[in-house]
Amino acid sequence: MPPRSDHPAQYRRLYWNTQPEYRFDPYASTQLRSPSQPLIALPQSLSEVTGPTFGPEFVREGDNDLTVGNGGEPIGERILVTGRVLDENGRAVPNALIEVWQANAAGRYVHKRDQHDAPLDPHFSGEGRVITDANGRYQFKTIKPGAYPWRNHHNAWRPQHIHFSLFGNAYATRLVTQMYFPGDPLLPYDPIFNCVPDEKARDRLIAALDWETTAPEYALGYRFDIVLRGRDATPME
Amino acid sequence: MLYATASQTVGPYLHIGLTGLNCADLTADAPDLAPQRIVIEGRVTDGRGEPVPDGMVEIWQANPAGRYRHADDTRDLALVPGFTGFGRVPTEADGSFRFVTVKPGAVPDVEGRPQAPHIMVSVFMRGLVKHVATRMYFPEEATANAADGVLSLVPADRRATLVAQPNGQNSYRWDVVLQGPGETVFFDI
Repeated sequence: MPPRSDHPAQYRRLYWNTQPEYRFDPYASTQLRSPSQPLIALPQSLSEVTGPTFGPEFVREGDNDLTVGNGGEPIGERILVTGRVLDENGRAVPNALIEVWQANAAGRYVHKRDQHDAPLDPHFSGEGRVITDANGRYQFKTIKPGAYPWRNHHNAWRPQHIHFSLFGNAYATRLVTQMYFPGDPLLPYDPIFNCVPDEKARDRLIAALDWETTAPEYALGYRFDIVLRGRDATPME
Repeated sequence: MLYATASQTVGPYLHIGLTGLNCADLTADAPDLAPQRIVIEGRVTDGRGEPVPDGMVEIWQANPAGRYRHADDTRDLALVPGFTGFGRVPTEADGSFRFVTVKPGAVPDVEGRPQAPHIMVSVFMRGLVKHVATRMYFPEEATANAADGVLSLVPADRRATLVAQPNGQNSYRWDVVLQGPGETVFFDI
């Protein structure tokens, strides 16, 4: 039965092959943590089309600068990361909270589970937050994260990446992803990057060097646009 | 048309970036709701029954009147000051999680009929390339649960995975089994 006309419009189903399947054997941790039963498709009720919203009050001054606030300048290559958050219909998503986290320039996370033998940087916590403006644009300053080894398989190394978490406007638009860097020679060998079947969808996870964002004599700029699910049609006015 | 960005795992170090919004007690800033507090606790386990010590659980729910704090919920029902309906906690070393909240009221389904009271749940962890989405229902709502449109889409022998167990006064127990016997029902929404 189709949704009632006075019900909020549905978010479009994700396009085949552009999202990973839960089980991807080359990424070993998926083997015991992936559902084995098929998902049950739901029509989107008010429970799915609503969701938590986080306004500018959740971001403090300096949250979008990962190079400050820790008593000194972190070691590493300073970069500016910018982009727009859009929906599948190409509309900007304003006031969208983005949480980011990453390793330091040496490839080490400030985390008790990270035992990689690389130095911690006392001036880098690797955590930031930013909110999109009226045009869906965000920007933060950080240092380029290092590659690091992990134990997925013999001699496994993660490409350089930054983690992103977004809510969008609905429970149905929740997204956690990772941004990669252009030209990283580790990308073809990374089971996490390669769990996305469609090559173009994978490539959209790679930021672009961006001269417009690059600050002369200061920091290279990278552009990473993020697309959240969009609605099938606008609700009746 | 654009394509939605591909999901990627939160990885093992999610806590670095995702701790700031932690909220285990959804009533903490809503003193009016204190008399109605409930506790929901459970454990997340993997396909071998091992606890997931490095995950994160998020919940989203309506208030006791069945109203969501969201612009798309335009029904004439009161919001509760200080109650957002959002909670987030990391899983503990034994895979456990615990929320203090209130029981949500009924909200309509896509055809306008009341759904049984439920809490929306998302679970994230290393090894999940995209989060899993599920729902928790309440054991004392047998009649509403039997009539619920979403539960009716679930094979009868798996519905119990979505219904919490009573766990003493005003307290519920509800586990998330990622894979294998007793596997929790997850939704494509």
